[in-house]
Amino acid sequence: MTASRDDPMTAAVTIRIQQADFDVAQEIAALTKARTDVGAVVSFSGICRGSEGDEPIAALTLEHYPGMAEAEIARHAETAMSRWPLTGLTVIHRVGRIVPGENIVLVVTASQHRQAAFEAAEFLMDYLKANAPFWKREEKPAGTSWVDARDHDDAAAARWTRS
Amino acid sequence: MKVKYFAWVRERIGKAEETVEPPASVRTVDDLIAWLAGRGETYAYAFETPRVIRAAIDHAHVKPDTMIAGAREIAFFPPMTGG
Repeated sequence: MTASRDDPMTAAVTIRIQQADFDVAQEIAALTKARTDVGAVVSFSGICRGSEGDEPIAALTLEHYPGMAEAEIARHAETAMSRWPLTGLTVIHRVGRIVPGENIVLVVTASQHRQAAFEAAEFLMDYLKANAPFWKREEKPAGTSWVDARDHDDAAAARWTRS
Repeated sequence: MKVKYFAWVRERIGKAEETVEPPASVRTVDDLIAWLAGRGETYAYAFETPRVIRAAIDHAHVKPDTMIAGAREIAFFPPMTGG
């Protein structure tokens, strides 16, 4: 699913869930192209590791809840846009089988100044990990198993909650 | 209403979605989990630890005590591990 607003000088939000890989440089360029109000771009890439602890991982398979995954990311994108003065943001999450070294997720935020871009990117990643309906399955020598959720992911998301 | 299952909940039940018609006494998400768990061994296995199960109604996260009246689609899944 793609939701884009491409007018220069208005905020551009792009959300995609796809099997295919993405080009980080191209996604960064898309947020700065044809505009002169961007002073900072922050990008975070989540990459498939080849091991977890001592165990090698041959691949990850990402499952998602179509419809809800897009809706959850869009909701958090909207929150980020209202909370920080962003000129644009892009979130891409891959699904399907991903091997070590390959990209899993991308968050790019653009703003006039760096602080908003840094904070919004971190906020989006923390919320995505805790709330977006994606599940990882690992292929290990002993067989495949679903990755356990980590409590610290919930804690990371909770620190952005305003009291 | 349509019920969807994901990740190991889907695998344990052996199906990704189905249409169910619970009795009127099933009012909350928790009630629905208990009712589904009583439908057979695979369901009992999937819902054996209800507190770890997450739920969504019409694509939005909900808590166990949320009323299910009017829901078109309810999904059950383990804690999320994306990103």
